[in-house]
Amino acid sequence: MTGGDILVVDDEPAIRTLVTRALTRHGYGVREAADARQLLHAITVKRPDLVLLDLGLPDRDGLELIPQLHATGVAILVLTARYDSAEKVTALDLGADDYVTKPFDTEELLARVRTCLRHRHVAAGEARQVTIGDRTIDLDLRTVTRADVDIHLTPKEFALLAMLAKHQGRVLTHGNLLREVWGEAHVADIEYLRVTIRALRLKLELDPANPVLLRNEPGVGYRLSVDP
Amino acid sequence: MTSREPARPSPDALLRQAALEARGRLKIFLGASPGVGKTYEMLLQGAARLNDGIDTVIGVVETHGRAETEQLVAPFEVIPRSAIAYHGRILSEMDLDAVIARAPALVLVDELAHSNAPDARHPKRWQDIEELRDAGIDVFTTVNIQHIESLTDVVAGFTHVRVRETVPDHVLESAEIEIVDLPPDELIERLKAGKVYIREEAARALHHFFSKSNLSALRELALRRAAQTVDAQMLDHLKAHALGGTYAGSERILVAVSELPGSDALVRTAKRLSDALRAPWTALHVETPRDARLSLADRERLSATLSLAASLGATIVTIPAASVIEGMRDQLAAMHATQVVIGKSQRSWWFELRHGSVVDRLVRASPGLAIHVIPAAGEVRAAKPAVTQPLDWASWGSYAITIAAVAALTLVALLLNPWIGYQSIDLLYLLPVVACASTLGLRPGILAGVLAGLAYNWFFLPPIHTFTIYDPQNVITVAVLIGVGVLVSQLAGRVRAQALLGGRSARENAAIAGFAKTLGALSDEAETAHAICAEVSRILEVDTVLLLRDGRTTRLVAACPPENRLSAIENAAVDWVFDRGEPAGRGTGTLTSSEWQFRPLATALGVLAVLGVARGDSSEPVPADRMLLLMSLIDQAALAHERLRLEAEMRDVASIRERDDLRATLLSSIGHDLRTPLTAIGAAADALAEDGRDAVLVATIRDQAQRLARFFDDLIEITRIEAGALAIRTEPIDLTDAVASAVHDMRIALTGRAIELDVPPNLPLVRADPRLLGHILINLLDNAAKFGAAGSAIRFEGRRVPDGVTLAVIDYGPGLPPGMELRAFDRFHRLKGSDRTGGTGLGLAIVKGFAQAMHLSVSAMNRADASGAHFSILFPAALLIDEAA
Repeated sequence: MTGGDILVVDDEPAIRTLVTRALTRHGYGVREAADARQLLHAITVKRPDLVLLDLGLPDRDGLELIPQLHATGVAILVLTARYDSAEKVTALDLGADDYVTKPFDTEELLARVRTCLRHRHVAAGEARQVTIGDRTIDLDLRTVTRADVDIHLTPKEFALLAMLAKHQGRVLTHGNLLREVWGEAHVADIEYLRVTIRALRLKLELDPANPVLLRNEPGVGYRLSVDP
Repeated sequence: MTSREPARPSPDALLRQAALEARGRLKIFLGASPGVGKTYEMLLQGAARLNDGIDTVIGVVETHGRAETEQLVAPFEVIPRSAIAYHGRILSEMDLDAVIARAPALVLVDELAHSNAPDARHPKRWQDIEELRDAGIDVFTTVNIQHIESLTDVVAGFTHVRVRETVPDHVLESAEIEIVDLPPDELIERLKAGKVYIREEAARALHHFFSKSNLSALRELALRRAAQTVDAQMLDHLKAHALGGTYAGSERILVAVSELPGSDALVRTAKRLSDALRAPWTALHVETPRDARLSLADRERLSATLSLAASLGATIVTIPAASVIEGMRDQLAAMHATQVVIGKSQRSWWFELRHGSVVDRLVRASPGLAIHVIPAAGEVRAAKPAVTQPLDWASWGSYAITIAAVAALTLVALLLNPWIGYQSIDLLYLLPVVACASTLGLRPGILAGVLAGLAYNWFFLPPIHTFTIYDPQNVITVAVLIGVGVLVSQLAGRVRAQALLGGRSARENAAIAGFAKTLGALSDEAETAHAICAEVSRILEVDTVLLLRDGRTTRLVAACPPENRLSAIENAAVDWVFDRGEPAGRGTGTLTSSEWQFRPLATALGVLAVLGVARGDSSEPVPADRMLLLMSLIDQAALAHERLRLEAEMRDVASIRERDDLRATLLSSIGHDLRTPLTAIGAAADALAEDGRDAVLVATIRDQAQRLARFFDDLIEITRIEAGALAIRTEPIDLTDAVASAVHDMRIALTGRAIELDVPPNLPLVRADPRLLGHILINLLDNAAKFGAAGSAIRFEGRRVPDGVTLAVIDYGPGLPPGMELRAFDRFHRLKGSDRTGGTGLGLAIVKGFAQAMHLSVSAMNRADASGAHFSILFPAALLIDEAA
């Protein structure tokens, strides 16, 4: 197991203990913080690779801390107890890498942690080829193959898929995807995104009616699965 | 009319027809005189209806002990009359309430013109009949021609018998009329044979009344009146069906009424003219400064005349003006009247010399106008003219001042005489004459003129100390002094009158404005009620009460003076006002034996309160000339009540919303806090699983923890829906996405179940809130998992349908019990015997609430092809997004 230094920030001791236990078992180095003060102190002592940040801290609003943490270059995985998708979008826009909604299951949490750390370790531009099952996306050659058969994508379809592939496993917000692929003028035109995702599914998914590659996060965005 | 527009039914005529069709129909058996056999004919026709199977009863029929009539009554059900004790006598009247309660199709009510006992609900039987018709009951009734309101003058003209019991003409106009005719000779035969019952009071006039010439004249009147009514009904029919009949639409009639006794005759004349010309008519009273000095009797007569006009169908207009002629000119111009009816009163030549004849001036002022001048009735004014100022202390004082002024000037003139000579003294005498005329009024002015003339003559004109005048020029001087006195006092009097009139209007307006301001400042129902009572009492100098109704109980909330209480009959009047929204009590047409007059405070919200007014001396509570002021005050009071009512409703709504908001916030924070321990439970279960413990047990812990979280979400959401605090953010959604996410979220609860996804990828996108739609799908999935047979599949089916897109969640369970399809979405409704599945009954209520919030519709039914439930969401076409875009 690849290691990594993780700071778990949550005011609930039971959750800190259980999360720490799960992460330690998978070979991560874990430190704990109960509030924003301890978090900031821990960060200045030694910068971790990933901060697991609960947004409901007793002394500060978790959302306020995100830009500050993001500036240090640390990966941020947000824990939220709120049902509302708007808060998740805000956290992502402020610089969080991903989120997990309470109550989460441990498998899900570990998967998110892995994804976040991988993107930390792999510098941008290095991963030029992404493989999921029998599908391969070559970002340099701009080709997509399925069982070694070329699949023809339109430029927009490829641009969207490439964007998701570069951040494989991470959720990308609607606004983020639309801005990168269609430009600032179309940042609110979600139907463009829906239609293009649908076209991609028809070409890439085994069962387009039951998509497993291109996952929807309601009200937030899309992510490309790591292991369907 | 040369217009090429197709003939269109007149809306008024159509409305009249519609009203006629909804109300009970009235048939009047009209006779020229007693004894022609009206009752007999009515009973015959009633019996025919009875034979036809129509539910016919007798409300009131006087048989007068005649056997042939009594025989006719026998087959009918007779509604027992109610007995009313009055002044030691027992009067029996038709039991109106009993007839209405019996609700027959047709009721026979004899004697339309009958006056009821004083304590009856309505003073007149024709009003009872109107109420029966309002209740949808057809009525047969009888009446003699001399009882028709507009004909009483005519009848009195040749019979010399004035009928007290009258029926307004409008009653006839809405009725079918059947003439019961008997030639006069036969009637006289019957009379001689003793076959006619004659009421005692008529017996005295009998000999004269039943002369052949009278009977012939009455017969002619009856026939003509019936023909006129048929004519009018035909015209209405023509207008309603736009058959294009001709009618004189351009005529408009104005009748000027005053407090003089002849005004009733004017009103009746105008009514007849209006009927003949088919023209609308208006009764005008010009409120001149003289009105302020009318006696109580005059006011009451004026008020009665105006109500008579109203009951005959006139529009009533009262306008203030400095003189009758000015007021009439304004009104003539305003309504473009073509015909005017005015009275020529037997005023003295002196009065007309001073005031000018209204008739003459009207002729000069309005060329082209047809003017009907009706000579005053024989009743000459008994009282002194209303203009006479009572000779009270102030008047005697002004005569004294006049005498003193002339005397003082005479003294001064005597002193000055040696220097200025007697020829100039006459100018000096103008001083007291002008002064007295302009400040003290007409009579002191004339007195000053006469005294000045006499004094000048006595003291200064040769021969001195005699009233003899040698020089004719000096006669003129005396005449001029008197003339100046008259003229100046007239001018000054007019100026004062204008000021008085203006002052009164201004005072009334100020009173209304002050009243509105007072009420506007109050925010409490009881305070407002007290203020209304106190202010109306003060402004109109009457006793007042104000009543409110909560549900069915009426309560007196304020009174001025505070000890005012109402009797049983008055409470009945109040109930009537609340129920009908029409005034009742003294001075109205309903329950007139009450001392109080009750008026509704009504707005668009209905009758909000009832205001009662009365005078301590039991006179008419509100004289006609104050009625407008009262109505203005009532309007203000009604508005104040409406404002209070609306404010109270706003407060209620606000407090409910606040409470719901609080509940939602509380639940939201509880739900939030609950997620932390649930997360810990889930994580602990995962830790146990990693340690190799019982996987099924761990999965159960995890599943139940998530269910608990969903349950709290449901509670929070239902509270938000009910508080109206549900925020909706729609975006274009691919149903494939929505279904896949819901299935993914529910993957633990759905372990071991096959999910059949049949949502074609070519369905249009829909516009919805992703979070709410996700919640709907999760709840439907949860429901299908609970009620579907264990291990059975759950199917999603998306379909394009003509009116949108449907998304169905289908299970393979037992299905819904019969009749439960509609109740499935009720809050806390759970299917019988479903306890062990642990549902809260909230899930489907939330589905419905969210769907409604997003304008989707949901339905539940049983599968047609197999056992199982079929829940379907319809996304209407308006929410679909065309993919071509």
